[in-house]
Amino acid sequence: MDLNTASFKDISQAVKSKKASALEVTQHFLKRAKSLDSKLNSFITFNDKAEDEAKALDARIAKGEDVGVMAGVPFGIKDMFCTRGLKTTAASKILENFVPPYDATVVERLRKAGITVLGKLNQDEFAMGSSNENSHFGPVKNPWNVQYVPGGSSGGSAAAQAARLAAGTVGTDTGGSIRQPASFCGIVGVKPTYGRVSRYGIVAFASSLDQAGPMVSCVEDAATTLEVICGRDERDQTTSDHDVPKFSQNLKEDLKGMRVGLVKEYMTEKGLHADVQKTLDSAIETLKKRGAEIVEVSISLTNQAVPMYYLIAASEASSNLARYDGVKYGYRTNIESLGSMALDDFYCRTRGEGFGKEVKRRIVLGTYCLSSGYYDAFYNKAGQVRRLLRDQYSEAFKKCDVILSPVTTSPAFKIGDRISDPLAMYLNDIFTVSTNLAGLPGMSVPFGMSKEGLPIGVQLTASHFEEQKMLNVGYSLEQASSVKWKVANV
Amino acid sequence: MIDTKAIEHIAKLARLYVTEQEAAEFSKQLSGVVDHFKQIAQVETKGIEPLITPTDMKAYWREDKAKKEFTAEEMVSNAPQRTGNLFTVPPVV
Repeated sequence: MDLNTASFKDISQAVKSKKASALEVTQHFLKRAKSLDSKLNSFITFNDKAEDEAKALDARIAKGEDVGVMAGVPFGIKDMFCTRGLKTTAASKILENFVPPYDATVVERLRKAGITVLGKLNQDEFAMGSSNENSHFGPVKNPWNVQYVPGGSSGGSAAAQAARLAAGTVGTDTGGSIRQPASFCGIVGVKPTYGRVSRYGIVAFASSLDQAGPMVSCVEDAATTLEVICGRDERDQTTSDHDVPKFSQNLKEDLKGMRVGLVKEYMTEKGLHADVQKTLDSAIETLKKRGAEIVEVSISLTNQAVPMYYLIAASEASSNLARYDGVKYGYRTNIESLGSMALDDFYCRTRGEGFGKEVKRRIVLGTYCLSSGYYDAFYNKAGQVRRLLRDQYSEAFKKCDVILSPVTTSPAFKIGDRISDPLAMYLNDIFTVSTNLAGLPGMSVPFGMSKEGLPIGVQLTASHFEEQKMLNVGYSLEQASSVKWKVANV
Repeated sequence: MIDTKAIEHIAKLARLYVTEQEAAEFSKQLSGVVDHFKQIAQVETKGIEPLITPTDMKAYWREDKAKKEFTAEEMVSNAPQRTGNLFTVPPVV
């Protein structure tokens, strides 16, 4: 079994039938990750209990126990997910030594399905960024060319997966943070419908937008992961009790009867890089050959999606990040004696010293948008426009089953290119944010390469809880793709 | 235009210390971002209820039964400063 191209089903079957041990599989990935990661900086923390976890799994298999559909699959976990006993930092100084006493629901479910945890993956601080240049632990490099960004905020997950330093990874997506790095690094990334996956134990960024999802090497692995992590959790009231289908068992290539929508407003986007346009055109041709019908739909409010998104996300973040105050956990400012500093000063210094610049920028932005005199014109107004956007999507999904679009306007850019202009950075997200605003599922499938050898993905969006349709179109594209399961040589 | 005084005021509301340099930088950058936000004002939204949770949500009730999930030691294990099982903090009053 070549572990570079082994799916979750391959690994778990081999481990359960004892053709390979969980220990040797974990050791393979751990060794690979530790020897290559200095070039990528995709890991923040390695799990020194990973081999013990693998040994325990082998012992359970020897006893004949049922160990789950992802038995023996070594995973990297984005550092936004609480992992019991393993440092969880959200790539921030303010949490640099935080060790959670519990697992996030996603981690709990993955563990129950048999994974071993290799370590915690680098990201933009508090998931705020589109390039993984905002981490307290340094930027992550794109494994296809280390002078380029891997995308963000789940840059560590994307880079590690593309270089096969892990067999699977999970990320979080608030405005595109799974799909965009997946596209920049040439892997499959899925953001489920809002409410499919529990946010319990995930460091909160924007509570009405955040969702967790797989960042993996193939659509089948994404589907397998979704079966494991989706489903109602009583610890997250926003999770849905919608049935979770066996996504991986219903993947099919034939798309007869499938209507694929192209958004008129996206098609007139003038800034599209030539190779992105070529990749998109090629995807459209492939879909036609597979039997899909291509239709045009109009979603005019996508033009307002970026300002809407940044306004809402920053506002919700300013509230969510108020909990970091140096009192019960996390970084605390240095004080000679507790009596020597006023409480307000204590909070201001702790937070001023603990948060990175982009985080501070967004807290200030969000606080402004929520402040008295501005709340109605900004946060409230954005909420109203958000409802109209969701309605427009509902109309569009009467005419089509899945929407195809680019993920970004260009392939990955060079490290340092966009960091000094926040607005230019925010406009990276033009094709991804409306999915989060409307609560829809979205995914990125690798489908092309730029002339410079950087991956280009295509984005699929479906209606609420219609992940199967989206996964089927993605699967169909993947099977025809010339870049299917390409592993980056680091 | 959000001037540096306004930035400092907002930062204070957020209990966030910003340096003079950061305040000047944020003033310039955020004025540009907020200008960009103003385009949503053009959308007609009379009578529209703001959308907060993007998918329909049902409130679920759990059983009113106490569960023992964590020990006190686990809960204070990340305390920057502690006195027994209590978090040690500057004077609040």
